[in-house]
Amino acid sequence: MKNRTFFWFILPSLVAMVLFIALPIGSVFIQSLYIEHGAVLKEVKSCGPFGCKDEVQIDVAATSQLKEEKPLGKFNGFGTYTNRNHLAVTELKSAWNDSANWSIYFSKVYNLPFYRALAFTLTYTFIVTPLVLLLGFFIALGVNSLPKKLKGPTIFVSLLPMIVTPLIGSLILFWMIDSKGILGASLQWLLDDPNLSLKASPALTWIMLIIYGVWHSAPFAFIVFYAGLQTVPSETIEAAMIDGASRWERTRYVVLPHLVPLIVFISLIQLMDNFRVFEPIVGFSAQASATSLSWIIYNDLAGGEGTFFGSAGATSVLTILGVAVLLIPVLIRTWNDFNRKAV
Amino acid sequence: MSELIHRRSKSFTALIWVFVLFWIMLAGFPFLWTMWGSFKVQGDFFSKADWAYAINGLRTQIETGSSFTGDGYHGAWITKSFWQAALNTMIVVVSVVIISLTLGTLGGYALARSGKKYAFYLLMLALVFRAMPHITLVSGYLLPFFEWNLWGHLPTAIIVMVAINQPFTLWMLHSFFLNIPKDLDESAMVDGCTRFQAFRRVIVPVMWPGVITTGLFSFLLAYNDFTVTATLLNNSNQTMVPKIASFLGTTQVEGNVMFAVAAVVSATAPLFILVMFFQRQIVSGLTAGAVKG
Repeated sequence: MKNRTFFWFILPSLVAMVLFIALPIGSVFIQSLYIEHGAVLKEVKSCGPFGCKDEVQIDVAATSQLKEEKPLGKFNGFGTYTNRNHLAVTELKSAWNDSANWSIYFSKVYNLPFYRALAFTLTYTFIVTPLVLLLGFFIALGVNSLPKKLKGPTIFVSLLPMIVTPLIGSLILFWMIDSKGILGASLQWLLDDPNLSLKASPALTWIMLIIYGVWHSAPFAFIVFYAGLQTVPSETIEAAMIDGASRWERTRYVVLPHLVPLIVFISLIQLMDNFRVFEPIVGFSAQASATSLSWIIYNDLAGGEGTFFGSAGATSVLTILGVAVLLIPVLIRTWNDFNRKAV
Repeated sequence: MSELIHRRSKSFTALIWVFVLFWIMLAGFPFLWTMWGSFKVQGDFFSKADWAYAINGLRTQIETGSSFTGDGYHGAWITKSFWQAALNTMIVVVSVVIISLTLGTLGGYALARSGKKYAFYLLMLALVFRAMPHITLVSGYLLPFFEWNLWGHLPTAIIVMVAINQPFTLWMLHSFFLNIPKDLDESAMVDGCTRFQAFRRVIVPVMWPGVITTGLFSFLLAYNDFTVTATLLNNSNQTMVPKIASFLGTTQVEGNVMFAVAAVVSATAPLFILVMFFQRQIVSGLTAGAVKG
């Protein structure tokens, strides 16, 4: 295809991506260097029956005029990055000096909002991803051995947790595990603890969110593995059987190696998607015990305490750096593959 | 030989059945339960005394005189004007799907036929863009949109979602176009068509299976979105998902959780129908990217 033709075909799509994906990444960085204006103060003489004195008041007109003129705020450099709500450099240092041992240090670090969100995001990403692979693989093996007539309906039901809106899916589970909902009440009865509440305990909230994550994403892994299972060459399996391989050995040495590219594909998609975990935290109202990077950005923008563009921008830049770290191995691999093909 | 493969011990078969049955319960039961419960009153769906109330609807019978009630639906759709949100969702979703597919087919076709190095770089760039958390992009839009008075309008949300959707659409359509033989459009060009004519006359008639599958995924992205719609739309033109989220803040105070339950069930119903009719396309779409690379 000629370069010129290619250009015209790709142009609309490229313009959309540059305007609404590439530019925002730049604009987020610029925003993160600024901070909201403080209120403009003025000194006024207020005179009462007991004489006059000087008072400091907020100059409303000047404040709003300043905001109008410079909507970005005032330049702050990397100040937002290092403050308590983000990388918290000074807090980390003082916590390091004050803490007698590691556990005190970690509990202090955990109280800083950014590290708290980072801890949950990473835990969620790296626990949910392998569990999704595992559960998806077993469901695929199970469904593959069902009679043909049952496969269609089973796949239909299996797709539901993935297809449903994440916020809605988490709400549905949230209502069931409510202490008055069916699962919550059953658990109370089973454990004989009428005060048991899955929402009150941070540990249980984390577990709940992770279970939701696996429930939501397992169908994706299942479908991909199931399609992969259809392409396992039956000759190889038969040869392995003739050589006396057991069921386990056949799965381990014939089926699994065949599925390795799929495992890489699912892990890549899952790492990207789980790293931006956000809706379940809103759905489960879990913000008291678990916050994610995406959630703290949302909270800065629409949390109801006002919008903090600088703060949201700084967290966004740090999140984008995190995504980059996750993606680098994949990009290097694809790059090498491509260059090898080209040679 | 195939008989040998399918021969299994009875206990192992039983184990597989139990496991698959367990998964089906896990995947399907929450929806069934919530749908059933949406026709009850709050005292039954959230029953402290006995969860069997939720099944036989004892309180529902006492409060409304019948075992099923549409009060939740009436409250959500009419009192809280959920119909407006549903209408907005329809406008947004249809526009996003049509625009994404138009841009995506052109771009995907070009990427599949180019063979140049920069086409590969563009695909890699699209992969990087696909990985960006949506909220980080949204935090870049908000301030300029406020300044230019673009915030709070449906078209803004539509264009933003089209753009966020592009990397995925491009990848998927690119892999579908790779499957359409090159000879097809090249022979048309030998016969004197320009590239665009070849695309329009030869490729467009045969591309529909791929486009429909990609369209389904664009539909899901737009329909399920919370991040963009919750931050870029104001209260008066919300779509369904942020509307449901706003129910949670207001209805719990009024003791009308059932509005939210009814709204959730209403918003899930179209997805059920979608899966029912397009199961094969969804499955093939999910695997298209994986199997080909």
